Amino acid sequence: MAEQLAVNMLKPKKRSQVKSIWLRYKKNKLAMFGLVMLVMMVLCAVFADLIVDYEADAVSQNMKIRLMSPNKDHIFGTDQYGRDIFARIIFGARISLMVGLATVSLSLTAGAMIGATAGYYGGKADNILMRIMDVLLAIPGLLMALAVVAALGPGLVNLIIANSITRVPQFARVVRSAILSIKGQEFIEAAKACGTRNTRIILRHILPNAIGPIIVQATLNMGTTILGIAALSFIGLGIQPPTPEWGSMLSDARSQMRYYPYLVVIPGIAIMLAVMSFNLIGDGLRDSLDPKLKN
Amino acid sequence: MLRYVFKRLLMMIPVIIGISFLLFAVMNLTPGDPARLILGEHALQSDVDKLREEMGLNENFFVRYGNYLKDAVRGNFGESYMLGLPVSEVVLSRFPTTLKLATGAMIIAVLIGIPVGIISAVKQYTIIDALSLFSSLLLTSMPGFWLGLMLILLFALKLDLLPAIGSDSWVNYIMPSITLAAATLAILIRMTRSTMLEVIRQDYIRTAKAKGAEGKRIIFKHALRNALLPIITVIGINFGIQLGGSVIIENVFAIPGIGSLMIDSVKMKDAPVVLASVMLVALLGGLVNLAVDIMYIFIDPRIKSQYVKG
Repeated sequence: MAEQLAVNMLKPKKRSQVKSIWLRYKKNKLAMFGLVMLVMMVLCAVFADLIVDYEADAVSQNMKIRLMSPNKDHIFGTDQYGRDIFARIIFGARISLMVGLATVSLSLTAGAMIGATAGYYGGKADNILMRIMDVLLAIPGLLMALAVVAALGPGLVNLIIANSITRVPQFARVVRSAILSIKGQEFIEAAKACGTRNTRIILRHILPNAIGPIIVQATLNMGTTILGIAALSFIGLGIQPPTPEWGSMLSDARSQMRYYPYLVVIPGIAIMLAVMSFNLIGDGLRDSLDPKLKN
Repeated sequence: MLRYVFKRLLMMIPVIIGISFLLFAVMNLTPGDPARLILGEHALQSDVDKLREEMGLNENFFVRYGNYLKDAVRGNFGESYMLGLPVSEVVLSRFPTTLKLATGAMIIAVLIGIPVGIISAVKQYTIIDALSLFSSLLLTSMPGFWLGLMLILLFALKLDLLPAIGSDSWVNYIMPSITLAAATLAILIRMTRSTMLEVIRQDYIRTAKAKGAEGKRIIFKHALRNALLPIITVIGINFGIQLGGSVIIENVFAIPGIGSLMIDSVKMKDAPVVLASVMLVALLGGLVNLAVDIMYIFIDPRIKSQYVKG
């Protein structure tokens, strides 16, 4: 009852907080640019089927129109199998965003559970969990992903698992430090005094107050995940052909790059813009969530 | 001081053991028979079974891991399944190449990143500042291997100035080093800029200005020295990252370093090589970080005095 009342009292304040964050975010031109770019990319990915035909343009081979430089029918040209680059880029966006989102959600969930347990309970649990995280952090991310993919075999799900494992420690650290900074505050003491269960304290009272740095970390991680997927696909251990993926498009195009440079330029720019939009949004969110941090 | 170094070295042991256990599990608990790998697909099953027995592969997983660890402590990391050579020999023969690459990359990143960061901070909110921040954003957002491909396209295929692949002379290392430097360079520009901005606002800088010290002198003598600590930390951490991060760049430029060795051995499930090379990279990363922490003592008299007292 008392808790319900407190929640109701907090509600209007919460909305204005989101609003003030958005007002601050809006002023940041670069961050807005990133957001617009991301929205466009998401729209392309969601409505990809309306823009181009997956089977006909992006996957099936058509040797009659192979290696055509960008022209009015194929604005980004065609590759060595006669597939339309524009169509492949758009469906590539769908893959990258989907795998990125799945990877970040998975690693965020696992990392938050580990970080929350370590930070909230402290002591031995903290020590053991964080030492395990140290081990994971000490292995270069790409290499860890490489080993996991090699062990499980290539494929979409395995790629997501492999990329997630390497990202768990980062989230565990962010969540842990956020929890440590909130754990000692009075409203947590109050909740404990009311006899609230630990899980409920973590989920209802601590995490919502620690959400800022977690969101920033997740956004920036979307960027590095897209880079990671592209890298693994580039060396043939990620998304398998003929599925259009930016990294594997680059790898396909390598042998043709001397005479058809657009084949390697365009997918690279797609990756760069995608990653850049997440970096800009992440930086913008960091500044608007905590204006003190600027510079 | 020595006690501190010793303690830090001791703390690295569990991490290295953890890495070896994790990778040993990943490589050994998944499909693929090392004996079959060594003898080839067409070998007789009886021969494979015999070799499994000899290699101790029929033992329990933990017994095998224990044996591996026991040998590893004595410096015996086993034999490569694919090459039939001692792993330490294989890994160490590839390592200098990667070290050269990472060192070259770090030199480039430091020589460009720190000056650009300083200029950016001194000329805050000018077009120069905007440009340097923008290039740092570009460098963090582009995939390293793609930058490598673009460099090959421009300098090797179009202008014919540099060799596209190989590792025969120092000329071969120019493009890969630049490629590997990109990520560190981006971080270094941002880091140098923000620390310098912070330091410039301090009272002692105003004092120096009030005393009439010359602008350049203030920047280098007063500001940079105080901004150096976080910058060096970034350099240290990123050197470790670069040693492991050259994996794909070595693939792009066909450089036979430890990175391409790792890709090959992971693909071939050559577990002993994977384990030894990852442990080496992680160990070096840890050592570099330790070296950075020791350097603090020489750079910052405040930290030094703590050790003299304690």
